[in-house]
Amino acid sequence: MATTTVAVNQKMWGGGKSPFNIEYGKVMMWYFLMSDAFTFGAFLISYGTIRFSSNGWPDPNEVFQSFPGLGSGLPLMFVSLMTFILIVSSVTMVLAVHAGHNNDKKGVVNNLILTIVFGAAFLGCQAWEWTHLHHEGAWWGANPFLNADGTASSTNFTNYFFTITGFHGFHVLSGVVINIVMLIMTLTDTFEKRGHYLMIEKAGLYWHFVDLVWVFVFTCFYLI
Amino acid sequence: MSNLHTTEHTEQHGGSTKEIWNVTIILSVLTIVELALGFWMMKITSDATRFGFKGIIVILMLVKAFYIVAYFMHLKHEIKNMIMTIVVPLALFIWFIIAFLYDGNSYKNLRNNYDSFKKSQSEIKVEKKEAAHGESHKTAE
Repeated sequence: MATTTVAVNQKMWGGGKSPFNIEYGKVMMWYFLMSDAFTFGAFLISYGTIRFSSNGWPDPNEVFQSFPGLGSGLPLMFVSLMTFILIVSSVTMVLAVHAGHNNDKKGVVNNLILTIVFGAAFLGCQAWEWTHLHHEGAWWGANPFLNADGTASSTNFTNYFFTITGFHGFHVLSGVVINIVMLIMTLTDTFEKRGHYLMIEKAGLYWHFVDLVWVFVFTCFYLI
Repeated sequence: MSNLHTTEHTEQHGGSTKEIWNVTIILSVLTIVELALGFWMMKITSDATRFGFKGIIVILMLVKAFYIVAYFMHLKHEIKNMIMTIVVPLALFIWFIIAFLYDGNSYKNLRNNYDSFKKSQSEIKVEKKEAAHGESHKTAE
C-alpha cells in the first residue's frame, strides 16, 4: 500500500532529489538574491516616490559631469565607463562559471582574476566619484546642487544618491571578496578534490545580481 | 555528498560560449542606445518628449535586466517551477511602483494646492554657488 511508504509524519523536505533540479545551495542563493532585490527595490521606489513628490530635482547631467584627468563638462562619460566595466566583469564571470562546468581549472582561475580586477576597477571609479562629489560639497545632509529649474534643492537628492550607490558599492565589495575566496579555493584545488565547481556558480549568481542592480541604479540616478 | 553528485549530473547545462557572446553584444548595444538617448535628451526641452525618452530608457533597462537574469544567471535554462518561484513574487513590484509613485505625485499636488507658502518657496530661483575645492570640509561636516 502506498501509505506504508510514509513511515514518519514528515513536515520538512528530507533531502533526496531536488524538486527544482538544482543544487540546494543554488536555490538558497536565489532566495537570498530575491530578498536582496526587495531591499534594493524598496530603496529605489522610496527614491522615486520622493522624486515624484518634489517640485524640482537636480539635473543629473549637471551633477555628474566630470571625468578624472579630463575635467568637467562631460556628462554621462564616467558613468558609461563604470557601466561597461561592470558588464565586462559579468561576462568574465559567466566565462569562469562556464569553465567550471568543463572542470577547466586554468579557465576558472584566469576569468576569476579578470572579474576581480574589473570589480576592483569599478570600486576605484566609485571611490573617485564619491571623493569628487564630496569635494564639491555633496554628502549626506549637504547638497550644493540646484534643481534643474534653478530653484533651491533639498538634501533628498544627495541622501538617496549616497545611500543607494553606497549600498550597491558595498555589494560590489562583498562580491570582490567572495570572488577572491573562490580564487583561493580554486588555486588550492578545493573544487578539484570535490569533483565539481558548483561553488563558482553561486558566487557567479551573486556577482550577476550586483551587475543587475547597477543596471537599475545607473538608469534611475544618471539617465532619467 | 551523494545528493550533490546526483543533482550535478542531472542539471541542465544550457548556455554555450556562443550564447554568452551573443548576450554580451546585446547588452552592450542596449547600453549604447540608452546612453545615446541620454545624450539626445539633454538637448530636448519639451517635458512631454523628455518623458517619452525616459519611458524608452526604462523599457530598455527592463530588457537588459531580462537578458542578465535569463542568460547570465541561467534562469531561462532552469525548470519552470524554479522560474516561477523567483519571478512570481517579483510581480509585487508592479503594484509597489504604481502605488508609491502615484502616491508621491498625489502628495505633491495636494501640497501645491493647499500649502501656497511651500509652493511659493519652491519657486524662488537661487544663484548658483561656485564649487570651491577648499570649502569642501566645512560643508561636509
